[in-house]
Amino acid sequence: MQLDELKAIAEKHRSSRKKIIVRTCMSAGCMSSQADIIKKNLEAEAKAQGLEADVEVRRVGCMGFCGQGPLVGWDNSGEHGLWEFVKPEDAASIIAALKGGECKVQRGDPKHPFFAKQMHIVRANGGIIDPERIEDYIAIGGYTALHHSLTELQPAQVVEEVTKSGLRGRGGAGFPSGLKWGTVAKSPGAKKYVVCNGDEGDPGAFMDRSVLESDPHLVLEGMAIAAYAVGADQGYLYVRAEYPLAISRLQIAIKQAKQLGLLGAGIFESPFNFNVDIRIGAGAFVCGEETALMASVEGKRGTPRPRPPFPAESGLWGCPTLINNVETFANISAIINKGGEWYAGIGTEKSKGTKVFALTGKIKNNGLIEVPMGIPLRQIIMEMGGGAPDGRSIKSVQTGGPSGGCIPADYLDTPVDYESLTKLGSIMGSGGMVVMDDTTNMVEIAKFYMEFCMEESCGKCIPCRAGTVQMFNLLEKITQRKATARDLAKLEELCDMVKNTSLCGLGQTAPNPVISTLKFFRKEYAELLQPDPFGP
Amino acid sequence: MSAALITPQKNRIQAVLQHASGDKRFKILEVHMKKHQFRQDALIEVLHKAQELFGYLEDDLLLFISYKLKLPPSRVYGVATFYHFFQLKPQGEHTCVVCLGTACYVKGADKIINGIQDKYKIKAGETTADNKLSLLTARCIGACGIAPAVTYDGHVAPKQTPEAALERIKTWIQ
Repeated sequence: MQLDELKAIAEKHRSSRKKIIVRTCMSAGCMSSQADIIKKNLEAEAKAQGLEADVEVRRVGCMGFCGQGPLVGWDNSGEHGLWEFVKPEDAASIIAALKGGECKVQRGDPKHPFFAKQMHIVRANGGIIDPERIEDYIAIGGYTALHHSLTELQPAQVVEEVTKSGLRGRGGAGFPSGLKWGTVAKSPGAKKYVVCNGDEGDPGAFMDRSVLESDPHLVLEGMAIAAYAVGADQGYLYVRAEYPLAISRLQIAIKQAKQLGLLGAGIFESPFNFNVDIRIGAGAFVCGEETALMASVEGKRGTPRPRPPFPAESGLWGCPTLINNVETFANISAIINKGGEWYAGIGTEKSKGTKVFALTGKIKNNGLIEVPMGIPLRQIIMEMGGGAPDGRSIKSVQTGGPSGGCIPADYLDTPVDYESLTKLGSIMGSGGMVVMDDTTNMVEIAKFYMEFCMEESCGKCIPCRAGTVQMFNLLEKITQRKATARDLAKLEELCDMVKNTSLCGLGQTAPNPVISTLKFFRKEYAELLQPDPFGP
Repeated sequence: MSAALITPQKNRIQAVLQHASGDKRFKILEVHMKKHQFRQDALIEVLHKAQELFGYLEDDLLLFISYKLKLPPSRVYGVATFYHFFQLKPQGEHTCVVCLGTACYVKGADKIINGIQDKYKIKAGETTADNKLSLLTARCIGACGIAPAVTYDGHVAPKQTPEAALERIKTWIQ
């Protein structure tokens, strides 16, 4: 494969495009409401109504507005539109509407704040290209960043570009990616690995699933560029077993990329080799932690180990290993194509670029949004999300899943970036935002998360294994109105102990939901306490 | 598995191989292991395939895998019990998996699970006495945009209510 061949594929694919494109979202959310049948019916109708020559019914990935699904979009000579809550029997009227016919299906508004305030880098192709056709990805300029890196940049220059972009890990901790890449590149060793962390275990976050389902080649290209930069020739993509659609699309993508010589040996006729294998997780939240994930890739129980040594020095089978999140890799090709400085121009001083958030819970507009870092939380929740449904008011926003905290409604003007969220006792995390309205009981929520951590604790270190059980029991006692102030004090003491003495991130952050709800909603705890029979 | 550890190992392996020789699925599993060059780090992949073929991981199956991958049975058993995805007990004819991720939870997934528990007198993780229904929970299936989600026999259904779930299950249990 050479650049001109790549361009020829793109050109051929572009020129064969039909006038009208009807895009059917076939991501997991819409698929659960028969999107596959909708697509089949649309194809049959296009044929029946004699529009076969003009209309292409395309399978696309996630459009983001999952709560309004199944979604069908259309493009016709520069104009776009959207239909919401589509049913299989609507196919005839949708196709008729393309010719100006009557259509009763609910129309979506592409200028709705939910869409208008977004800025797409990671999700640029989501809902536009067919994730199961590599030609679609190549036609919008895919794999040119890899070509540019391999032919015109030295590995160190690639690392330099990523460093300049200010990109930070999107998995949660926000470690500067350029620094990590540089460390792996400098680590001595003949064999190195690149691992993509797609073990999106945070309940309430589904952006990685969406990216893998909608644009698998974007992630593969990012991994290949990373492998070139750090000197690796083998990659592993670790995906949760709960995401069967993402796994099958990745398998297709890897096969297609290999056939075209974009993965495998001698990519773009350079000496660079890179293979990717998929590793399927088996349902363990702790495997999102990098050392546990590596143990799982090696086919072992997913238990973490102390760091240092960091994976950058000693990772998979003792070799230097670069581990990044799906969303981090998805940013790479844009950074290479447009330059690190362009990327660094987006966002805030310390948090660059965009971030994808999963907006769910008690909110009108459910779905995925990609916004520049530093956007006030209020804009996301009230303008894009439309506030709480049924005339209720918003009580708090939970970010960061079981490792994060609850941000009360009074703090909605906080800009969304790594530092500001940490200051409030929450974290950016992988980007889950679960909105809670005034009917939500915050102590129950804290208990819910503690139960989660208790069950997901791997059992290796005692503070986490025993501490989470004790904290859960105390929270249960509080919600059953059997606890006293003494129990609450014990709970706070335990939070502190588990946070400071656990081995890995799971234990160290497990008390966060309790700490943050205690900080902002202490009254709700106090109301449940009983007088102490032995006095204060 | 505890019984398997007490039986003298050599005889036990012979019995397992005897059992395996009469079942075609073991053959398919072995081909899958071969595809991974019997690599020990492919254990999780092999267990996935085994569960797909057999529905759950019985003792003989785990011993067969440990023998073929040259891994101690403790290691195979340890991995199989560590991950939630692997089932060591047979499942009912139909499975109903209620997602208990945060988004589903705040939108009332707990009411769905309580509804099913009350009606069929089983707890999450259990199977009804007539072996028709297994009730399971998931820790977020990533379908948060359409919460609360329930997976019926592998098919995800959006925006569920206790009534809708019971209605669906009723079609299984006549």
